[in-house]
Amino acid sequence: MDTKHIVKSYDDDLSRLGNMIAEMGGLVEMQLARAVEALANFDADAARDIVAKDKSIDAFEMEIDDFIIKVMALRQPVARDLRSVIIGLKISSNLERIGDYAKNIAKRTTTLSHSSMTPLLVEGPINTISRMAQIVQQMIKNVLDAYIAGDADKADDVRAKDENVDQLYSGLFRELLTYMMEDPRNITPCTHLLFVAKNVERMGDHVTGIAEQIHFMVHGAMPDEERIKGDDTSINISNI
Amino acid sequence: MKDVGNITKNSMRDLCSLEGAEYFDLENYEPMAHIKMTARKVGVFYNGKPALKDVSINFKEHQVISLIGPSGCGKSTFLRCLNRMNDTIDGCLVEGNIELDGRDIYAPDIDPVEVRARVGMVFQKPNPFPKSVFDNICYGPRIHGMASSKAELEEVVEWSLTSAGLWNEVKDRLHEPGTSLSGGQQQRLCIARAIAVNPEVILMDEPCSALDPIATAKIEELIDKLRTRFTIIIVTHSMQQAARISQRTAFFHLGELVEEGETDDIFTNPRDVRTEAYITGRIG
Repeated sequence: MDTKHIVKSYDDDLSRLGNMIAEMGGLVEMQLARAVEALANFDADAARDIVAKDKSIDAFEMEIDDFIIKVMALRQPVARDLRSVIIGLKISSNLERIGDYAKNIAKRTTTLSHSSMTPLLVEGPINTISRMAQIVQQMIKNVLDAYIAGDADKADDVRAKDENVDQLYSGLFRELLTYMMEDPRNITPCTHLLFVAKNVERMGDHVTGIAEQIHFMVHGAMPDEERIKGDDTSINISNI
Repeated sequence: MKDVGNITKNSMRDLCSLEGAEYFDLENYEPMAHIKMTARKVGVFYNGKPALKDVSINFKEHQVISLIGPSGCGKSTFLRCLNRMNDTIDGCLVEGNIELDGRDIYAPDIDPVEVRARVGMVFQKPNPFPKSVFDNICYGPRIHGMASSKAELEEVVEWSLTSAGLWNEVKDRLHEPGTSLSGGQQQRLCIARAIAVNPEVILMDEPCSALDPIATAKIEELIDKLRTRFTIIIVTHSMQQAARISQRTAFFHLGELVEEGETDDIFTNPRDVRTEAYITGRIG
């Protein structure tokens, strides 16, 4: 809905909420980018910094929740206003989870940087993880744009993109299993990398969750069609 | 107040207590009920100027339905059509068809006084008669010849005031003027007066707009109880009130019925953009 509220300060509140969510999303996007960069460089210092920075994301979530409770109490939003405020709670909680996954990548980076590994072995998987992270970053950016603009089509596009992340993850899963079977000494680093990849894949799922919420905000109902999923790792283990 | 005897007291208790009405289970109540009133293509003109056009709607028994919309949208005009209150306004013309239990209330052989006894009304400002609390309640039953003795009148008074949740507050003040009560009590007195003639439908025109939040809450609680016995149609400017008390909500705009549906749907996901704009505070 493009028209403005009669009470201008109500619009100010809603746009402030949008700005807070955009800002939190930007922070989360940056944490992800930095976490993957630290991983590629085995940079333990950067990783520690990322872990510390997660607190500010948690604080952001609480700030958004407090603000939403205030808006609910003072404005008593209904219909689409209500949906956009309510999903603000869900978006902030999804973003917070994404932040946690970035933190976990950073923690594993610290561990990996202390372990002895064949750099050649990890180069390929880390490249794949970087590619997954780039897609997820773009998804985060687009989903936040879709929230601000109230653009359900854009949110639906984001939802469809997650399939690419899933496919990369499935491929990487097989690749890492092969390395582990080749030499048991690879198991520790490969398991960490597998968890890192899983973290990025889960981030994609959380972004997809946000995209579905935006669809709900605009249309008042969740998307009808089932999302196409590209992650078959949980059913395909025996085939490797 | 005389002792009106055990049988009468028991029957009153049955009538007044929700638990007593076993046949009516509020929790599992489904709005499949009988259609009490129907309006078909109703239009209203004041001195030839249209105030309401082409309104068609059903009112089901034992439901509270709220009529909402900006000032001048025709909701009060429509409400007044439902018990022929517009008859008293010069230059007012009502077209279309309004039925109560399948009978046209504007048919030539229908007595408007009888319609108003079956379809009672409560107004925005409490308007007790300048008489005692007791006489305020008795007025309707007396003129409609509904009570043959003083004992029966006393019974009606106690029943009506108990139903309106006012009995305990006024039982020792029955012969004081109705106007000596507080605003909220006066409004409940008016509701008691309306139900004293045992109507089937109660129309309420912004019954809480002159009341404080506590008196409003009491009236809202009362409305929810009364719907077990009556069909209630209420005009309100408070959308929160419509959301709190009604099962269905109808939105009027510029003399048209824009949308009517389950209150839950209207306030979470209305179909019409005009409804959405109004309830979210975008048009006045």
